[in-house]
Amino acid sequence: MNATNRTVVVTGIGATTPLGGDSASTWEGLIAGRSGVRPLEQEWAAELPVRIAASAAVEPGEQLPRPLARKLDRSAQFALIAAREAWADAGFEGRAGDEGNQVDPDRVGAVVASGIGGVTTLLDQYDVLREKGARRVSPHTVPMLMPNSPSANVGLEVNARAGVHSPVSACASGAEAVGYAIEMIRTGRADVVVTGGTEAAIHPLPVAAFANMMAMSKNNDEPQRASRPYDTARDGFVLGEGAGIVVLESAEHARARGARIYCEALGQGLSADSHHIAQPEPTGRGIAAALQNLLDSTDLKPAEVAHLNAHATSTPQGDVAEIKALRKVLGDELDHVAISATKSMTGHLLGGAGGIETVATVLALHNRLAPPTINVDDLDPEVDADVVRDEARQLPQGTIAAVNNSFGFGGHNVVLAFRTV
Amino acid sequence: MAHTSEQVLEGLADIVNEIAGIPTEDVQLDKSFTDDLDVDSLSMVEVVVAAEERFEVKIPDDDVKGLKTVGDAVDYILKHQG
Repeated sequence: MNATNRTVVVTGIGATTPLGGDSASTWEGLIAGRSGVRPLEQEWAAELPVRIAASAAVEPGEQLPRPLARKLDRSAQFALIAAREAWADAGFEGRAGDEGNQVDPDRVGAVVASGIGGVTTLLDQYDVLREKGARRVSPHTVPMLMPNSPSANVGLEVNARAGVHSPVSACASGAEAVGYAIEMIRTGRADVVVTGGTEAAIHPLPVAAFANMMAMSKNNDEPQRASRPYDTARDGFVLGEGAGIVVLESAEHARARGARIYCEALGQGLSADSHHIAQPEPTGRGIAAALQNLLDSTDLKPAEVAHLNAHATSTPQGDVAEIKALRKVLGDELDHVAISATKSMTGHLLGGAGGIETVATVLALHNRLAPPTINVDDLDPEVDADVVRDEARQLPQGTIAAVNNSFGFGGHNVVLAFRTV
Repeated sequence: MAHTSEQVLEGLADIVNEIAGIPTEDVQLDKSFTDDLDVDSLSMVEVVVAAEERFEVKIPDDDVKGLKTVGDAVDYILKHQG
């Protein structure tokens, strides 16, 4: 391997999600087929058409010291909690360059994305401005609301000096971040990159806005049954919150320090629909192009793909377009791919989705176990693929690969691939 | 009603505790906000706004620069309180 095509591996994982406050409890929930969707008990929810969400299982304020938490938007709180877990899971103590930490900070990066950024901070401070006046607006408002804040705070946490980035592409943001991080290492810009996605948008304004786009499930009476990708009765996504973070590392760097390696991060495939600002392109043309780009730019072989964590948000159009695209590119090779739509349990974390689904994909390979897709009572006949339903399924032995799809409003398509080592 | 210097110190200690998480007993007159109490320039604005409200005093932005230590702030508040 030359300096511009280095092998990238996953050495650490962390998460805080609607299913649990860390990656272990999240994985346990995913494998058990547990729904993280709950009724919204807040007073403001009573007036809204959507009164359910997959809120975080553990309040982030309980996992961080108060003086730190009050200077961070909820999205950055989630990111920092998940990043700390991933950093420690990778075997690092303290910041890069600290005594006892041999990692060179100039070779460490952070790429953490959010689709919306500090929206609750923005709206809360607008309330302060109107109700209490300009003097009372927090001086922390700007560093809290800027969409690069989670990445910047994670970078500060680990002492990342090779570069701190925050791609924004709505619901593809988290996956785009991971793809960017893979490239940073592959091309030699960094040896270690902390990457993933986060989101915290459970607030009346985003909920009302998404609901008015007709994008969300209104199944308020059965929260745990509301997110149902591939089921004929699906009626939209359920908003979730939280973060998923992984530590990526050059294989050389990881082996030199004797790190535990979960799997290889093979690369990314990107494309754009250029079809509509919010509607999925119905034939899946753009998704197919992204997957083809992934196959063309990596040594991934369709025969190796044993598992796919689908974007599948539980919308009538999007779920089917994705399957059509997969069939178009993979042909009969799709028949041996165990497809999991984990949003059936976690809800849709928007910019955080690519983060927690990267964590889920990595753990699926590591444990050779595909999480179930819950609530598929009546599989849509247009879903011509092997959906893992009801119970987790064992994945084959030997070298296997997994693909993680994320697509965003704006027509962004990001396909990531991982492979056992 | 005018506050005593003890009351102002106690009030500032509560504010610094709330904002920076420093134990109230560590907030002493000779302590520097930035060097000793983990109050950066942004958090200092929070401290000032909270102090203005608590002690009914106006602290213009230009005067904030002169408040290096807790003692500086106590003196300023005692001098300018309504």
